[in-house]
Amino acid sequence: MSKNQSLVKLRKVSKVFLRGSVDEVTALDNVRLDVGAEDFITVIGSNGAGKTTLLNVIAGVYPPEKGGKITINGQDVTRLSEYKRARYVSRVYQNPHIGTAAKMTIEENLSLAMLRGQSRGLRIATNKKCRELFRSVLVPLGLGLEDRLSALVGTLSGGQRQALALVMATISKPSLLLLDEHVATLDPQTNRIVLELSEIIVQKEKMTTIMVTHNMEHALRYGNRLTMMHKGKIIVDIHQKKKSELSVNDLVVAFERASGERFADDSIMLRNVDS
Amino acid sequence: MDYVANFISVSLYEGLAYGFVTLGVYITFRVLAFPDLTVDGSFPLGGAVAATLIVNGVNPWLATLVAFIAGICAGLMTSLLNTKLRINALLAGILMMVALYSINLAIMGRSNVSVLREATVFKQTAQIFGIEPTTILTVIFMVVLAIVILGILNWFLRTEIGLALRATGDNEQMVRGLGVSTDMTTIIGVSLSNGLVALAGGLIAQKQGFSDVGMGIGMIVMGLASVIIGERLFRPRGVTTILFAAIGGSLVYRLFLGIALRLGLPPNNLKLITALLVIIALAIPYIQKKVRGEWIPPAARM
Repeated sequence: MSKNQSLVKLRKVSKVFLRGSVDEVTALDNVRLDVGAEDFITVIGSNGAGKTTLLNVIAGVYPPEKGGKITINGQDVTRLSEYKRARYVSRVYQNPHIGTAAKMTIEENLSLAMLRGQSRGLRIATNKKCRELFRSVLVPLGLGLEDRLSALVGTLSGGQRQALALVMATISKPSLLLLDEHVATLDPQTNRIVLELSEIIVQKEKMTTIMVTHNMEHALRYGNRLTMMHKGKIIVDIHQKKKSELSVNDLVVAFERASGERFADDSIMLRNVDS
Repeated sequence: MDYVANFISVSLYEGLAYGFVTLGVYITFRVLAFPDLTVDGSFPLGGAVAATLIVNGVNPWLATLVAFIAGICAGLMTSLLNTKLRINALLAGILMMVALYSINLAIMGRSNVSVLREATVFKQTAQIFGIEPTTILTVIFMVVLAIVILGILNWFLRTEIGLALRATGDNEQMVRGLGVSTDMTTIIGVSLSNGLVALAGGLIAQKQGFSDVGMGIGMIVMGLASVIIGERLFRPRGVTTILFAAIGGSLVYRLFLGIALRLGLPPNNLKLITALLVIIALAIPYIQKKVRGEWIPPAARM
């Protein structure tokens, strides 16, 4: 892959729910997006702006409307099902329960994650070598999970489970990492730990990342590129140099200019208080 | 003394044979969280296939193996109905159960087939060792088979596929997110489960000397009863202990039934006793919490 070619390309990607009914919603409206291999994009927008739908379409939870096209690494994945796309795309959800299996041990969860997108056979899933690797990736979390490999994941706290989910999403080094408001349900301190971990892992593994967040401070502090969504469209897309000079206020102004509406989403503003 | 020994050994081999049904039920209900009711049809399917083949002169070992494979096919059908046609798991199982009733009748050509005078795996084992086919021998046969099957399952559930299978029942969305087709794991699990159930059907038919189209009625409740008894009594944690708990639950359940019968309970009431046993086992934790005044979650539908 040449350097300036995009890792992920979205062309004319739309998604309409409940088409033809009175509740019809256009969650994505003709989105065009190029994600470079070195990008760490933050996505902000109010509830219903289409952020999660964007991630769902990229991850392959459902296909876009006809005419839309998604490529990853130059390969057309528009009709590829979610489990087949998992080879390239991994995801950490808002709810820590979705990213981890509660009734299985930490070791078993990591063993499952290590084979992301590969064919699975009749080899015993964990061995001594795996355990050493697992310990080495859990130590940097600083949560002591490396000594609890045989503990059931259901016994961990939400923050610990989310940190584990992050490790599980990155242990096999997929090309694209999707973070879907992955710290929104954590307390402020765990919130910061998991976010910083995300950044460290992303930088170390040089993973292309798209992070959806409700928190403008986070959107500004992390990543090299900031996008804002509104009514299914990407209305703001700010790159590295300009992004570092931005403030929350600038974002509000940018939103009003781009959308032609007054910024009236208290939920976005209020979330900055606890960041 | 002979009477007691006989009673215990009958409970033992029945407990182990029906223990394979319990293992099957455990795989679907507990591991995959797939409430599979095919069991009531795949158990007599195993019996029908084994008995019919034996009567037609097929080697009983081969007949038993074919019974196992027939069960796998039944489970395959149920899981395909669910994964490929998107029919609700419960309904897919019920549909196959009903269909299998006719299929079993068609296989046997009538409602029951006797193998009393035919060669069976038990008689042939006795022949190999040059002894009479006693109950004790049947018990030893079952113990060896149980050890082999437990060993294989214990290994399988720890393999890469086995791990994905267990995770499917725990967190389907995560499994798909990790690049595993949950359709595939469901198909493997449900097929394997019904294979074990049909194997038990084939063995029971050979031991009792006949296969009957009605021998599967209530099998799913029996399997569930054994799973629940095993869980309540042995409080297992981890794959190996869970597998032993399933077999253990089946043994305890058989012992219970055996005692009830010896105490003069008419055999016709057996299913009622089974249902009561499950109700009691399920209600005990609720009543305990109620008595202690603990918080109780709302009633679940699944």
